[in-house]
Amino acid sequence: MAEIELRQVAKKFGDLWAVKPMDLTIYDGEFVALLGPSGCGKTTTLRMISGLEAVTEGRIFINGKDVTWLSASQRDIAFVFQFFALYPQMTVRQNIAFPLESQGMKRAEINQRVAEVVKLLEIGHLLQRKPPALSGGDKQRVALARSLVRKPACFLMDEPLGALDAEFREVMRAEIKRLHLAQHATTVYVTHDQVEAMAMGDRIVVMSAAEVQQIGTPAQVYHDPANLFVANFIGSPGMNLVPGKYVGDEVHLRGGSVYPTPPAWRPTLAARWQRDDVIVGFRPEAAQVSETGAIRGMVYASDLHGSYTMLHVSLNGELRPNGNGEDTIVHIRARRDVHYVIGSLVRFDLNPEMVRFFDPESEKAIAKEVRG
Amino acid sequence: MASTRVEHAFSRVGPGFAVVESVRVDQITPRARLGITARLILSIIIAFVMLIPVLWMAMTAFKARPDATASPPKVIFVPSLDGFIGLFTNRTQLSAAALAEQQQRTDLNFWERQTLARGMRILGPSKFVSQLSNSLIIAISSTILAVTLGLLSAYAFSRYDIPGKRDWLFFILSTRMLPAVVVTIPIFLMYRAVGLYDTHVGMILLYTVFNLSFSVWLLKGFIDEIPIEYEEAALVDGYSRLQAFRKIVLPQCVTGIAATAVFCLIFAWNEYAFALMLTSEKARTAPPAIPANLGIGGIEWHVIAAGSMLFLIPVVIVTFALRQYLLRGVTFGAIRQ
Ligand SMILES: Nc1ncnc2c1ncn2[C@@H]1O[C@H](COP(=O)(O)OP(=O)(O)OP(=O)(O)O)[C@@H](O)[C@H]1O
Ligand SMILES: [Mg+2]
Repeated sequence: MAEIELRQVAKKFGDLWAVKPMDLTIYDGEFVALLGPSGCGKTTTLRMISGLEAVTEGRIFINGKDVTWLSASQRDIAFVFQFFALYPQMTVRQNIAFPLESQGMKRAEINQRVAEVVKLLEIGHLLQRKPPALSGGDKQRVALARSLVRKPACFLMDEPLGALDAEFREVMRAEIKRLHLAQHATTVYVTHDQVEAMAMGDRIVVMSAAEVQQIGTPAQVYHDPANLFVANFIGSPGMNLVPGKYVGDEVHLRGGSVYPTPPAWRPTLAARWQRDDVIVGFRPEAAQVSETGAIRGMVYASDLHGSYTMLHVSLNGELRPNGNGEDTIVHIRARRDVHYVIGSLVRFDLNPEMVRFFDPESEKAIAKEVRG
Repeated sequence: MASTRVEHAFSRVGPGFAVVESVRVDQITPRARLGITARLILSIIIAFVMLIPVLWMAMTAFKARPDATASPPKVIFVPSLDGFIGLFTNRTQLSAAALAEQQQRTDLNFWERQTLARGMRILGPSKFVSQLSNSLIIAISSTILAVTLGLLSAYAFSRYDIPGKRDWLFFILSTRMLPAVVVTIPIFLMYRAVGLYDTHVGMILLYTVFNLSFSVWLLKGFIDEIPIEYEEAALVDGYSRLQAFRKIVLPQCVTGIAATAVFCLIFAWNEYAFALMLTSEKARTAPPAIPANLGIGGIEWHVIAAGSMLFLIPVVIVTFALRQYLLRGVTFGAIRQ
């Protein structure tokens, strides 16, 4: 098993930074999800780790050994491609045995190794088929089997579930997680689906525009996003971000509501804040609808999600169906058994533990000072 | 009413009938049906017109000399192997005495008896046999070379960032832009100077170079279509670039290789202008040799036809055997499988 370390690793294609210098350590046995929107450099990062792409800057270490200039075949890694890359002209068995044959392994041992992974992934009935005749899920299983069979130091997966149906993704997600737990293999998993990253990752690396935005556990990136991008990107819908002005322990939110800041935050906000503008961030579940709530708005839309209702609330207090730039719509979670009429007024409070503040200038989260 | 008219014209299609096969409405209106029928008939007529010369050639090949030149042309005739005998043998006209002597012999084979019936005796095989084998050697060797070299450079062009890649590709293509006749004279002079005139090596080299541009472009189209992930997977799995090429790319572009080989083979097999100018005795190929079958008493049309027909057969067989690859070949691999 292996520990992977990236030190100031960067990639430039011509004049374009695909990945700006990044530091990242992936510990032995860890499952790290690389998350970000399309084109942010996730695949490029993964390909640099694998050795399929040369770095422009920086060094890569696997188990403390500098592998920056080693070829892919010398790094002892397995790569699972988005479209599986199963060799169409070979049977499933030949596909799975292929990585072993490169090592000149004995036939008996190859058969035994193949039998092991075949059992692990329950694909015994597919062995004589050719990949084009398989369903998406089966192709995925075979691709996983092919990567597992060599017992590599680490697994690199590039959106391995991207080509599957929604229904099947969930099954395979559980399967990959199960395999990871069973093998305890260091895994780097690229995805643009934050649900997948949250569900699977021990840690998540959030990337955007070729830069690492935050590295943290799913709970950290969800509850303590490092900046506005992460706050908005993680969660569906993302964190509510309402601009306002900080005036004497209160924030005058856009739309007219006045939000009294939680006492714990006051020293930080008062001491650090030279200017008065601030962005208040809160998750939908941080809001509590109440008659006496400090923030008020008008119900703009309401979606029933089974166990709860998601209210879309316009803080401007009036309905602007076409929503122009002035309007501020927030999402809040409400009880499912209360019917909220569209256009009616709602008031809500925020759980003081779950409120976050951001600097509109730097777009970074404001860290709460802990006075000892 | 429109609907009844459709029902009337196509009794099994339309509302109220089970859908046996899916049909687009615009394909089953009477007009469309008429159009389809007209096009079909037209294609058959065109195909027939195109095939008449081939048919005529095949017929002439089996005619005896008087039938071949008869005017008006004979459509019904007694088949004869004169043409083929003329093609493959050198003969001599026998005097009356010699003829009588020969006719006494009982050890003559089928061909000799056929010749004897025309008052002639076979002296030995003609040059056509060696010319045909020259054609085979030169066409096959140059095809193998052009496809092998083309495959390697097409792979490089497809997978690597070669400086000035587009210019190189255009340059390679541009070698095909000059008509052959323009370059035959300089090549003739050069070949004579370096001793490649009338040699197999010279002709193989020439056809290889000529086919290479085509082969590079065609194969690049096929290799471009193979996702690079296959090779990358092999690289990660511990194979070298060359092994990945051999085990992964090669099996996946057999279609392209077959299509390219057919086109190269047909070109090299049929080539006339260079062969006429650059060969004489040793390396002469069949195309310039066939029309040179001028007999003593005028053009031996039945011999020429027999030669042309034999010459056509290998191309027909190869084309027929690999026909499913040819369509992808002419579209530069652009059709999805
Ligand atoms: N071989 C290449 N040559 C030039 N530019 C490239 C190359 N590969 C990637 N890029 C560019 O680098 C940037 C990052 O690409 P990358 O594939 O890493 O993104 P990604 O995060 O994996 O996106 P996606 O979710 O769409 O797969 C993109 O702008 C892309 O256009
Ligand atoms: Mg990608």
